[in-house]
Amino acid sequence: MPTVSVKRDLLFEALGQKYTDEEFDELCFEFGLELDEITSEKEILIREQGGEKAEGASDVVLYKIDVPANRYDLLCLEGLVRGLQVFKEKLEAPRYKRVSPADGGEPQRLVITEETASVRPHAVAAVLRNITFTQERYESFIELQEKLHQNICRKRTLVAIGTHDLDTISGPFTYTAKPPGEIRFKPLSQSREYTAAELMSLYKTDSHLRHYLHIIENEPLYPIIYDSNGIVLSMPPIINGDHSKISLNTKNIFIECTATDLTKVNRFTLIITVCLFVCFNTFFILFRVEEAEVVYPDGRLSVYPELAYRTETLSGDFINKRVGINESAESIAQLLTRMCLRSEVSGEGDLIQVEIPPTRADVIHACDIMEDAAIAYGFNNIVRSTPRTYTVANQLPVNKLTELLRQDLTAAGFTEALTFALCSEEDIADKLRKNITETRAVHISNPKTADFQVARTSLLPGLLKTIAANRKMPLPLKLFEISDVVLKDETKDVGARNNRRLCAVYYNKSPGFEVIHGLLDRVMQLLDVKPGRNQGYHIQAAEDSTFFPGRCAEIFSCGKSIGHLGVLHPDVISRFELTMPCSAIDIDIEPFL
Amino acid sequence: MIFPVIVAQGESSMADNGLLESVLRLVEKVDGGTDSQDVAADLGVDHQVIVGAVKSLQALGEVISAEQKSSRHWELTGEGREIAEQGSHEARVFNAIPDEGLPQNQLMKMPSGKVGFSKAMSNKWIRLDKAHEGGPRVFKTVTIEDTVRDKLQLVQKGQSAKLEDKEKNELKKRKLLSEVTVKSYWITKGSSFSTTITKQETELTPEMIASGSWKEKKFKPYNFEAMGVAPDCGHLHPLMKVRTQFRQIFLEMGFTEMPTNNFIESSFWNFDSLFQPQQHPARDQHDTFFISDPALAHEFPQDYLERVKKVHSEGGYGSQGYKYDWKIEEAQKNLLRTHTTAVSARMLYKLAQQKFTPVKYFSIDRVFRNETLDATHLAEFHQIEGVVADYGLTLGNLMGILHQFFTKLGITKLRFKPAYNPYTEPSMEVFSYHEGLKKWVEVGNSGVFRPEMLLPMGLPEGVSVIAWGLSLERPTMIKYGINNIRELVGHKVNLQMVYDSPICRLDS
Repeated sequence: MPTVSVKRDLLFEALGQKYTDEEFDELCFEFGLELDEITSEKEILIREQGGEKAEGASDVVLYKIDVPANRYDLLCLEGLVRGLQVFKEKLEAPRYKRVSPADGGEPQRLVITEETASVRPHAVAAVLRNITFTQERYESFIELQEKLHQNICRKRTLVAIGTHDLDTISGPFTYTAKPPGEIRFKPLSQSREYTAAELMSLYKTDSHLRHYLHIIENEPLYPIIYDSNGIVLSMPPIINGDHSKISLNTKNIFIECTATDLTKVNRFTLIITVCLFVCFNTFFILFRVEEAEVVYPDGRLSVYPELAYRTETLSGDFINKRVGINESAESIAQLLTRMCLRSEVSGEGDLIQVEIPPTRADVIHACDIMEDAAIAYGFNNIVRSTPRTYTVANQLPVNKLTELLRQDLTAAGFTEALTFALCSEEDIADKLRKNITETRAVHISNPKTADFQVARTSLLPGLLKTIAANRKMPLPLKLFEISDVVLKDETKDVGARNNRRLCAVYYNKSPGFEVIHGLLDRVMQLLDVKPGRNQGYHIQAAEDSTFFPGRCAEIFSCGKSIGHLGVLHPDVISRFELTMPCSAIDIDIEPFL
Repeated sequence: MIFPVIVAQGESSMADNGLLESVLRLVEKVDGGTDSQDVAADLGVDHQVIVGAVKSLQALGEVISAEQKSSRHWELTGEGREIAEQGSHEARVFNAIPDEGLPQNQLMKMPSGKVGFSKAMSNKWIRLDKAHEGGPRVFKTVTIEDTVRDKLQLVQKGQSAKLEDKEKNELKKRKLLSEVTVKSYWITKGSSFSTTITKQETELTPEMIASGSWKEKKFKPYNFEAMGVAPDCGHLHPLMKVRTQFRQIFLEMGFTEMPTNNFIESSFWNFDSLFQPQQHPARDQHDTFFISDPALAHEFPQDYLERVKKVHSEGGYGSQGYKYDWKIEEAQKNLLRTHTTAVSARMLYKLAQQKFTPVKYFSIDRVFRNETLDATHLAEFHQIEGVVADYGLTLGNLMGILHQFFTKLGITKLRFKPAYNPYTEPSMEVFSYHEGLKKWVEVGNSGVFRPEMLLPMGLPEGVSVIAWGLSLERPTMIKYGINNIRELVGHKVNLQMVYDSPICRLDS
């Protein structure tokens, strides 16, 4: 969930009202935001770097507000204020539109060459005119760009945004791609020119930029944007040129957005991004959004930004029935308008026409509109009612059996353990004196540590590790677990299945085979299986590398092998850092369903 | 420490009945009570023996009452006791001298020789003939009385009061007497005083029951301050106890348990079927455990898969879709399921393949996240999930059913916050008011499944599906007051905590 950090006093000034922290928290809650933290730059510095560094830092109160992941339109102070003001009916939702150049001149143009096809083939552009920055607006502008990069742009992997002082450069602009050695410019915040190859090694140690290098690092060609005089605007998605950097005095801005590959999502995201960016800034920074042309390698020409409004028609009845309220179409239209979705009753029955602004890319279905109506109505004002759905409950047979057996195993003096389903290869193989290839284990491709290499194929390692962690407890230790292991199984759609197992261990100064054997007899008694060769259960001597030779038996029920019991091999005991003899039983309980 | 309740006080210094009765007879004779030291003196036994007898008598109930007191008291030193027994050194020297006298050097070799000689000389009991033929020789002069011995014997008998202070101090100077503090008892008759002892029984026996002899017997009182003996038993794990209660709640509410015993899931069922786009961050390597072997799922309901592909890439069912190239290769990737909602999707798809009947489903099982681990987060945890599918379910119904569910957990104060979830719309976070923290805390997540998820499955248009979820670990940690999740889940569990954890009643 993205967090937006805003200065409290600035926020209240923009909202035209002062709130107590509690009141503002309440307003956020109602609107679907969360006032996560009340802090200051000073406090943050003290917490992160200690008191010394914080000296002289600002103690202006900051609100950290969590914004839902789909509401990109609320990612900055301006967006938040607009959303809340419209919600409180203090303001009408703005209408975004773009204009042609004022003096009847040519629009700015970005020409894409075919070299970009291999690395970053998409670009759109827009122009903002007549900007008046203040320090706060400037900061908000920069921060919004960064927030978009982190969220909808997925840390620049999907889209990168570049903003430039238009009065320092001259179009038409060229978006192309060149070998890193042939790109040379002075990047933002540096005092001299570097080649692209030099920049990549320079930024290796940059705490911020190093995270983006991988996006183009291994490409033969790097994307690059020039103006008509060969001045570098940016090398997306890494860094802008220093020449065109925007400042507090900037009056006109050229925006370019570029995207990585040809999937539609990137194109879509790209268009949304530029929309969001230009729209947000219209609130405080009085300016015009001016069109810009983009020329593709195939000669096609598009005009951006696409500030497209869409109209959806739905019935008041639909909303009433889905939410569980009973409001007139007019009142629903009013609710939606408060959510920046301008709505009107169409006059035909209870139909409502809803206009979706370009900033609300998250509204893709009538259910999204329904949700906004419910939010504006207030979730907590909706009458809570019990559905009349009549059903009869059933337990899952394997869970029912598990529940019953657990109870009786504790009655038999064994204590329940709860161990992890993921473990290391070593746990299920080497430590049990097994070969990993014979375990039928499911392997994880991206474990962060060895503890998550495989899904367990036996409950035994978990129980032995539990004993190892509790060696200070009085002996004997008698533990059990009834839970799932995971085994590869070709017959399943995913190629693997769970298997419900019962495993128990007895750890004491003597191996206690008879204790574990007695537990088997008790379990079979509970399962109503009598001792006997054919229809009953029996055990017979077996060799299993986990167990001490001559001290292991295989368990058969109704002629079918269901597991083993025996005294553990001394090597197994030592490998789990244990020191006492230990006997164990491990059986599959699914045959008893 | 655990002490069996049958250990009666003072049992270790129990005295024999004869002595006890002698003590009681002495107590009977005196009005107003007697001191245990006097009793010891009267009976001619060591005081400690009488102390033991007093404790034994106390254990019999109200036979006597004894109040502890302390007093200053003269006692013989080791040397004093030797003298009381064998006589003073000077007397021993005197007695060792025969009538014909003894050579001085021989006398000096006696154990008491040196001290005894000079003392006897100054008492003028003996005389030394230095000029005696064959060396100096010692002779008795008078007959003597060994007063030192007599005095010490008086003290030994507890009659030190008969000596004058001056005499006692002189003996103290000679290190034959010392003054000590003695703890003794002031013994008086108790409310059930008697001079005969009835033997007390420790336990009721089968013989007593058979013969009826228990009616005449007195029983030693129990020490109810001690702990009992711990029963020899096994213990259920606290998290599983809470799981049992949640299962019980769902079953009470008419919910059927879903088959969640499949940790390995395909991306298709875990994400795509839920209308979660393929570039969603949750599908990233950083958040989800992917499987290298078996890497891919190989079987899907083919026409359903086509409908899912279409709704993602082009939209449909009234949706704009996400407008991207949906790839089967992404959907095939196997993973460790990140939520049990993957199973809900399978169940709802299955439900859609038959004539629709309303259902209520639940599950409580493990899910896996490739997350950063801390005191409250593990790579695997248990998700509790409830799902209801029926015609015409509303957001108000979801809130109503959540109210009923949480009431069964003892939580009645709920409020709902708009939230975002890729596969539910509307989505609501559930908050409850925490009386201890004095604030609203999140207790679960809920929502109405999106039409883009339900309609491609083939569920009828008017059917709504409402669902909610929460973790099992969090309420368990709150219930049992556990701060670090590792002490609860996994092999590092504290077994003593498992042994000691109370039963789980969520509503109390």
